[in-house]
Amino acid sequence: MQPIIEIRGLEKTYASGFQALKGIDLDIRRGEILALLGPNGAGKTTLISIVCGIVRATSGSVTVDGHDIVRDWRAARSLIGLVPQELTTEAFESVWATVSFSRGLFGKPSNPALIERILKDLSLWDKKDTKVMALSGGMKRRVLIAKALSHEPSILFLDEPTAGVDVELRRGMWEMIGRLRDSGVTIILTTHYIEEAEEMADSIGVISGGRIILVEEKAALMEKLGKRLLTLQLQNPLNAIPAELADYPLTLSAGGRELVYRFDTQQERTGIAGLLRKLGDHGINYTNLRTEESSLEEIFVSLVRERA
Amino acid sequence: MNLHAIKAIYVFELARTWRTLFQSIAGPVISTSLYFIVFGTAIGGRFASVEGVSYGAFLVPGLVMMSVLTESVSNASFGIYMPRYSGTIYEVLSAPISAFETVIGYVGAAATKSVILGTLILLTARLFVDFSIGHPFWMVAFLVLTSVAFSLLGFILGIWANGWEKLQIVPMLIVTPLAFLGGSFYSIGMLPPFWQKIALFNPIVYLVSGFRWSFYGAADVPVVLSLAMTALLLAICLAVVWWIFRTGYKLKN
Ligand SMILES: Nc1ncnc2c1ncn2[C@@H]1O[C@H](COP(=O)(O)OP(=O)(O)O)[C@@H](O)[C@H]1O
Ligand SMILES: [Mg+2]
Repeated sequence: MQPIIEIRGLEKTYASGFQALKGIDLDIRRGEILALLGPNGAGKTTLISIVCGIVRATSGSVTVDGHDIVRDWRAARSLIGLVPQELTTEAFESVWATVSFSRGLFGKPSNPALIERILKDLSLWDKKDTKVMALSGGMKRRVLIAKALSHEPSILFLDEPTAGVDVELRRGMWEMIGRLRDSGVTIILTTHYIEEAEEMADSIGVISGGRIILVEEKAALMEKLGKRLLTLQLQNPLNAIPAELADYPLTLSAGGRELVYRFDTQQERTGIAGLLRKLGDHGINYTNLRTEESSLEEIFVSLVRERA
Repeated sequence: MNLHAIKAIYVFELARTWRTLFQSIAGPVISTSLYFIVFGTAIGGRFASVEGVSYGAFLVPGLVMMSVLTESVSNASFGIYMPRYSGTIYEVLSAPISAFETVIGYVGAAATKSVILGTLILLTARLFVDFSIGHPFWMVAFLVLTSVAFSLLGFILGIWANGWEKLQIVPMLIVTPLAFLGGSFYSIGMLPPFWQKIALFNPIVYLVSGFRWSFYGAADVPVVLSLAMTALLLAICLAVVWWIFRTGYKLKN
């Protein structure tokens, strides 16, 4: 299937002369949640702003569901909802008015029943007549989400949607994003909370210094780059790793009561069988064993460090 | 044509007037009443008449014009500066709406307010003086065209300004003085010859003169010139707005 968004050779140099994007190529598949992960200043907001028509690209092209964002901007933009990073809201308007305004702006006839459902989904219904400026930060964020959803977009950009949102609300937001994906909306979110990408995304793109370092399905990424740990609980604590096992990447933990083996899942042979045999040969008995995967955070940190 | 978007902006902007009803409408109406009390009643008694019209009646078109000019500029500039300042402009920029449609929405709303305001001032004036409107069609035409032209000017100002001071300074230092000197309170013919020539460089003289002609049939400059000047101002403002959107000036990085 054709990707819903195709980005080719996208570059952006700001008027200041700063090059924020240095040739981005990216395909976003229909119906997926893509998390764009990257440190501050990586170019996430710039990238999104170009796709949404807020910033002009210096060179390169973007198509949205086959529509070029410059030549066929009206069709491209109609498909996109944007929740910006900054909490930019009308101060004096009511929640209802500002959300209805967004729907009209995107060329849709008014539909009070739909707006009501969106506000209810976002727990904003009881605030519908409240002025936006009287809302808390978390509520304002949800108003921005409601505005973006008001015109029934098939693509939703969320630029750091949970920044400054407390943990409890964050969970609720993740659930809502999951429901949206289930209804067929393609979702692109940027974050620097790795936890967020790990929890929600189908695919993960890592962007750093204006370049996409990689884009992978999350599972494949963890598989490919992840290291696994095998932890053995020993019957008798050890003071040191026996010399016979020096060939293996082993460490002791929990005061010598645990032996930790690091292995690479990419290699065909993990070496676990050999290790266990050797342990038996040397009379090192274990009562329990478990494996763990390294987290996305570890992967991410090592990736960015590698490129720096 | 994204008619829903134009309507959304238009309604939204007019709703802002409704919320700030006092500043938007009541303020100018009250100040106009004060002008009538001071100039029309207190001073006006000393002038028999200007160009065959009682001084009070002579004042009416000028005062309407003056309020319409200044309010058009300030309403339209505020209307577009506010979303730029607060950042909500992102939504308009990302929406499937053309520059032309955006301008119709914002400028249309500002001009509508000015026309309503002008009408209210006329009604207020009627309480103080007796006057008649000789050419109602041209009166409406001048009122609407001037409102649109100066709302466009305000729109340009709102995009150009990068601070509240700049937003205030143009109406205060340029539009208001030109409006005061534009023959709102006197006929250009009452000035010494030298100042009459200078006054002809003030575009507002032509607007006030044409507007007054639509009431009383008398004018400082030929009415055709007044119309031409209105059209010229409109054309210049439209060209600048067109250029702004074409280049993304101050709107897009
Ligand atoms: N308007 C601008 N003018 C100049 N530089 C900018 C502008 N906007 C962003 N930048 C710079 O571009 C880089 C990328 O910014 P941004 O896209 O906001 O990154 P992110 O969203 O990943 O934090 C940053 O170094 C930022 O300072
Ligand atoms: Mg950002």
